Amino acid sequence: MIVADKKPIEEIIEEVKNNEKILILGCNECVTVCEAGGKKEVGVLASALRMYFLNQSKEVKIDEITLERQCDHEYLEEIRDVMDQYDAVVSIACGVGVQFMAEKYHSTPIYPGVDTCFLGVTEERGLWTERCQACGHCILASTGGICPIARCAKRVLNGPCGGSAKGKCEIDKEIDCAWQLIIDRLEALDRLDEYEALCPLKDWSTDRAGGPRKVVREDVQQ
Amino acid sequence: MKVKTPSKLEKILAAGHYAVTSEVGPPRGSDPENITKKAEMIKDYVDAINVTDNQTSVTRMCSLAACIRLKLMGLEPVLQMVTRDRNRIALQSDILGAASYDIHNILCLSGDHQSFGDCAQGQNVHDLDSMQLIQTARYMRDEGKFLGGGDIGRPPNMFVGAAANPFADPFEIRVPRLAKKVAAGVEFIQSQCIYNMEKFELWLKMSGDRGLLDNVYILAGVTPFKSAGMARYMKNRVPGIEVPDELVKRMADTPKEKQPEEGINICIEQIEHLKGVEGVHGFHVMAIEWEEMVPEIVERSGLYPRPTVE
Ligand code: SF4
Ligand code: SF4
Repeated sequence: MIVADKKPIEEIIEEVKNNEKILILGCNECVTVCEAGGKKEVGVLASALRMYFLNQSKEVKIDEITLERQCDHEYLEEIRDVMDQYDAVVSIACGVGVQFMAEKYHSTPIYPGVDTCFLGVTEERGLWTERCQACGHCILASTGGICPIARCAKRVLNGPCGGSAKGKCEIDKEIDCAWQLIIDRLEALDRLDEYEALCPLKDWSTDRAGGPRKVVREDVQQ
Repeated sequence: MKVKTPSKLEKILAAGHYAVTSEVGPPRGSDPENITKKAEMIKDYVDAINVTDNQTSVTRMCSLAACIRLKLMGLEPVLQMVTRDRNRIALQSDILGAASYDIHNILCLSGDHQSFGDCAQGQNVHDLDSMQLIQTARYMRDEGKFLGGGDIGRPPNMFVGAAANPFADPFEIRVPRLAKKVAAGVEFIQSQCIYNMEKFELWLKMSGDRGLLDNVYILAGVTPFKSAGMARYMKNRVPGIEVPDELVKRMADTPKEKQPEEGINICIEQIEHLKGVEGVHGFHVMAIEWEEMVPEIVERSGLYPRPTVE
């Protein structure tokens, strides 16, 4: 999933403090799972803002809506009829949702209410960790199913670097060395001999480096 | 091994002499004297001088410019290049820049993570890794081509090196990792500073058993302790360095004013010992901020005078 984290309330206040009719818009997908932008967080944020404006003796209308998704037209269309009631929206979907809202509702300011962080997993409640950087050409088949691009601080493709110590990365004793994990996994698969195959120079043009990306699937286009 | 480049370092190794290298770190400023003075101090005692590339991710004068300074003094630089700060365009371009000054040695590294340095908020590049930089330098030299396929006018002619750390984890991968570097085309290795002789020798032996040492020269890295504090720091704080307790104890048991001398003694003993170890082709003496001791270390280890080669 896409993992996001709550923005500090002060930052959100700074974004919307001059508005009078604000919609807090949540998303029922990834950000709900990572407890940053679902229905519950919409309620919490709305209450915090109401409190702030009350203390400022300002009358501000704050409404709450949570959509199934903010990255599909059909769900964003559900609020078309009510959008004229607001002079600002705080979207607490990931950055994708914020932008898709802004594209659809061109004349309404849409503010981000979360910091979008990475593609990751829930390791345990309250702990999410990164797994993928969407490089556009997956090499997991040759790295024992563990991604050195997302999980190695230097994204070395032929690791580990000289800083790997006791299974941990040189940047932080709390962070696993991706290459230790890869080696352990190759060992468990009885495929350690594959370690010696040189990973060729990566074509980063499918990554961020190649500019904004798109996937076109004619087979599913009508 | 056959000599393939005009590198003096390569010729000395190929002639079967113990090679001696050392390093200078460029300054946090633009004063060229900083680099030339350090080089003056050691130049007659080493065959080549490594110039570090923004080591520990602290911004400094660039390695290439400092190498050019050494070259203009008639010395033999080893251009250290990390993949942290440059993409493949910049790496190839800097290799050509170095080649235009007939800099004949390169050491390919990934570099410490930027979080250790003075620009922790900066990006890192890592378009290639150190293994792929070795391949790139060899490809440019041997094929005379850019990675993109175009021909290079007057290709670089560099002796290609890399670092190896037998003490990093996991140990079982250290020999396969050397095998990988050899397969990538590395021609000489400068090792991490060695204090745990047993582990180093085990690594060398295992490498030799796999036939790797027929294809690569190994320069053993040594670093003298300046004080007991430094020995403890290296032991506890520097990832990928192993200092046996008895060495820390030996330093700590020495009166403070005698500690520098004891550090030098230990270093010389280490070199003497390593001379007897099969597969050691030379020494990389890293006297960190203590370059003035390099001549004494080299001399007392019986590595002076340095050989001359055609
Ligand atoms: S190789 Fe690329 S696509 Fe596959 S997990 Fe890593 S970043 Fe994601
Ligand atoms: S210690 Fe491991 S994870 Fe960290 S940078 Fe080095 S290889 Fe990558």
